[in-house]
Amino acid sequence: MSAANVTPVSAPAPLDVVAIRREFPVLSTSVHGKPLCYLDNAASSQRPQRVIDAVSNYYETTHANVHRGVHLLSQQATDLFEGAREKLRRFVNARSTREVIFVRGTTEAINLVAQSYARPRLRSGDEILISWLEHHANIVPWQMVCEQTGARLRVIPMTRAGEVDFAAFKELLTDRTRLLALTHVSNALGTIVPVQRFIAEARRRSVPVLLDGAQAAPHLEVDVQALDCDFYCFSGHKMCGPTGIGVLYGRESLLAAMPPWQGGGDMILAVSFERTIYNDLPFKFEAGTPHIAGAIGLGAAVDYLQAIGLDRIADLEHDLLEYATARLAAVPGLEIVGTAPRKAAVVSFTMQGIHPHDLGTILDSEGVAIRTGHHCAMPVMEFYGVPATARASFAFYNTRAEIDRLVDALALAREVLG
Amino acid sequence: MDLSELYRDVIVDHNRNPRNFRPMPAADCHAEGFNPLCGDRLTLFVKLDGDRISDVSFQGSGCAISVASASLLTESVRGRTIPEAERLFATMHALLTRNDATVDVAALGKLGALSGVREFPARVKCASLCWHTLDAALHRQSEPVRTE
Repeated sequence: MSAANVTPVSAPAPLDVVAIRREFPVLSTSVHGKPLCYLDNAASSQRPQRVIDAVSNYYETTHANVHRGVHLLSQQATDLFEGAREKLRRFVNARSTREVIFVRGTTEAINLVAQSYARPRLRSGDEILISWLEHHANIVPWQMVCEQTGARLRVIPMTRAGEVDFAAFKELLTDRTRLLALTHVSNALGTIVPVQRFIAEARRRSVPVLLDGAQAAPHLEVDVQALDCDFYCFSGHKMCGPTGIGVLYGRESLLAAMPPWQGGGDMILAVSFERTIYNDLPFKFEAGTPHIAGAIGLGAAVDYLQAIGLDRIADLEHDLLEYATARLAAVPGLEIVGTAPRKAAVVSFTMQGIHPHDLGTILDSEGVAIRTGHHCAMPVMEFYGVPATARASFAFYNTRAEIDRLVDALALAREVLG
Repeated sequence: MDLSELYRDVIVDHNRNPRNFRPMPAADCHAEGFNPLCGDRLTLFVKLDGDRISDVSFQGSGCAISVASASLLTESVRGRTIPEAERLFATMHALLTRNDATVDVAALGKLGALSGVREFPARVKCASLCWHTLDAALHRQSEPVRTE
């Protein structure tokens, strides 16, 4: 059975990982003469043939600009593009496609909210609340808004295990708080933040909530209505989709009241030198020709993920996480950084006496691709007092055998560097 | 890809036992080097006797390549004049970055052990950080060194 035939069933059957892997061309390639062992999925996932095909078929047969021409190709391209938007709406269970804005990725989504929602509203004395776990993309845009408005950035502390300190959050949530911007899953540590508790608390004080879902959307079922968040941001390339495309979900009442972020074509209804009438949602926030192929590819990616089933993906990745955690914990001198009870399939670690960058190079020589460095989360590194960590991050197409290769390569690193 | 080209015995040794790894309270100049991408961080101290480097030491943390490179640097520039050290910097830069470099590796002595780094583009900055830091230290020698 090929993965193309996998459909959700009421009693989920175990995934056929061999068939799934066959759909990812890159997984059968070699690096340095060794089969690729790709364990850097939190940085970017790989994509299956059907996503690659969706993009290339579009360019080969259907490409034209969208929302413009009366000719057939333009109409077909528009249908594909808007069809993708509907797929993404379903993927996060938004109420309407007016709430689904295509952006370049999570970073752009957060910047859009920072500049269009926060900047016009914030005054000196107001506060934005983020957590210590955030990726730089959920720190810097808020620092910029604070500089622009005189508002103050407050940071919810983290615990030694790598969780966001809920008690401290309740203390920091005050009448001055204007926005809570929180990660759903930590990219550096894998912590799954129990965001619903935070959202419920924020809601009691009418504080809107933005969730950085870059690491969550590929691994968990995301339902923005059940979460009751106001903004949800995620990137296509971390979930088997193309690079350069992502989604900002926004609550319609908030989006409607926000000014456009960028001006140009597509975001207008009428332009004269005296006055411009902005287009309706979601187009108001999509100035210029969008990444049409990217959106279509991302639509194919969410079709793929949903055909497998996010619950089965989560189960498989959890199994990989448990196996990897047990095997890595047994490696002499290895310390796992981030030990929250609920984690996505990410293991950040250090090795006594071996710098993460040397690990990265030595593992690479064995075909094992991991991320080393600060993972764009320098405050998290500072919290643990390390300049960097090594991070192995798994996707549903990874196997226990690959984790064995990781552990073997770590033994080689010990051999080389002592 | 040959790991032993990168992690030669000399490099492994200097990483495990870095030479001149100490602060220098009476330094004439010092500079800090930081590679934000990987978190390598070092401080290089220089003591001058006229324009001759009479002592050089470093502190910091980093990967094996950056620590070994800094350790080798301290051994190789001590006793040299500033112009000599700067010529050596240029030679090392060529050794680390230029594939067509006609550097006489044998003449470099132990520093020649770093010639394998060239084949690992992601690691070139690790090896060159200390040399850029030395350059910065020598050019700011008029600045007073704070000795707490």
